[in-house]
Amino acid sequence: MVVDARGYPCPKPVLMTKEALEKVEEGVVEVLVDNEASKENVKRFVQRQGCDVEVREEKGYFRLIITKGYTCELPAASSPEVGKGKVILFLSDSMGEERELGTMLLRAFLSTLKEASSLPSKLLFVNRGVFLTTEGSKVIDVLKELEERGVEIYSCGTCLEYFGLKDKLLVGKITNMYDTVENLLQSDSVVRI
Amino acid sequence: MDLAHALEGLEFPLGGEVLVASEGFEDAAVVRVNSELALVATLDFVTPVVDDPFVFGEIAAANALSDVYAMGGRPWFAMNILCIPCRLPVEYMRKILEGGISKVREAGAYLVGGHTVDDPEPKYGLCVVGRVRPEKILRNKVPRSSCRVFLTKPVGTGIVVTAIKADMASDKAINEAVEVMRTLNREAAERMVQVGAVAATDVTGFGLLGHAMEMVAETGFDMVLEAGKVPIVEEALDYASFGLIPAGAYENMKYCEGKVFFEKDIGDLKMVLFDPQTSGGLLVVVPEEKAEDYPYPEIGKIVSGEGRVVVR
Repeated sequence: MVVDARGYPCPKPVLMTKEALEKVEEGVVEVLVDNEASKENVKRFVQRQGCDVEVREEKGYFRLIITKGYTCELPAASSPEVGKGKVILFLSDSMGEERELGTMLLRAFLSTLKEASSLPSKLLFVNRGVFLTTEGSKVIDVLKELEERGVEIYSCGTCLEYFGLKDKLLVGKITNMYDTVENLLQSDSVVRI
Repeated sequence: MDLAHALEGLEFPLGGEVLVASEGFEDAAVVRVNSELALVATLDFVTPVVDDPFVFGEIAAANALSDVYAMGGRPWFAMNILCIPCRLPVEYMRKILEGGISKVREAGAYLVGGHTVDDPEPKYGLCVVGRVRPEKILRNKVPRSSCRVFLTKPVGTGIVVTAIKADMASDKAINEAVEVMRTLNREAAERMVQVGAVAATDVTGFGLLGHAMEMVAETGFDMVLEAGKVPIVEEALDYASFGLIPAGAYENMKYCEGKVFFEKDIGDLKMVLFDPQTSGGLLVVVPEEKAEDYPYPEIGKIVSGEGRVVVR
């Protein structure tokens, strides 16, 4: 489905997108907008709805390719187990340097992680990584789900303090450099994001 | 901006008694009458932000009166500017004017006439003349450091108005935003003159950060704002995350590029701080030693710097 919202002022393109998404259970909706503000607003709206969105700049307008649904459930029988010794180290709130893309990728990474065949034992959040575990993060729900399933979540205390986020931690525990070092040395393998 | 292009090279006739005219980013013009009196003049009209015509009249009038307050003046008399489609019922027009009258009365000013034009899109506002002592004029450029910065009304009303247009605003949010917009800046202005504020402006189309930027632009000072201390209409954050943000907020963000800096990621709050306001509060700069006597939310400070706004 293609929604042509070019020429409409805010908030009309958001409303047209909302209407289109309500009509589909699962699938792809493309929205065309002709200005920066509508592009940003539609993007915010669909991300808030939990959809994936890809923005393509075309001649004089933007094409937003929005994917609704498509979260593949694994059969219950092969429910993933918490891996004995894998640690994932998050040094940033973005996956790679391109921040806009990186934030999106990271969100996708975490939601895919919870479907993985074997879960890591620990997630460590260091430096800007702590923006993922504190107020304002868009992945709190996924992290909470992982925590419920036995994955330990630790945020670096110094980092929280540095960014003024100490009282804004929403998931997991606070850790110090000693524990971070121990965690890294004792694990079978460390995946760095 | 197109307006800047249109004005380029135009010479306005000015004279020695004109103390403040359209240069810089001042809120209103000021013309000296004698050593004890200067007149503050402003004109402002807006398209409807709410459906109720009386409330729209109140908001448009409060918005227009605000420019006089922002200069440290007191409104003296006002005239209506009304653009209205003839097909609308007379009652609608009357309600708008009643809303305007009630605010002019509350301001202690006179309403002495006006002008009406037939127009497919309704607009209402006032031309206001106020009085100020020439030495008490409050400009918007920050003249010194060691000051505190205050904001007298919450921001985020532009986002709520966008949510109203999308039919997605809660009654609570609408009531709160309406209350903010219809409130006169009268008391905040009287108090700021009493306390000895050194600079002020009202927060309108450029949003909190756009106006903050103008207050320190080309000065030797930085304005350091604490994002967490800025009063906001609570629901605005939620609506912002839904993409119900007026295009003006994105324009303001662009306009401030390279002049407003964020020390950390503040998420959707950033767009609330750029949100264009109708009838917003006063942004007031008060010397540190008198800061305690100004009873409004303190949101930051002025330090020596290079004309930047820093948000932490």
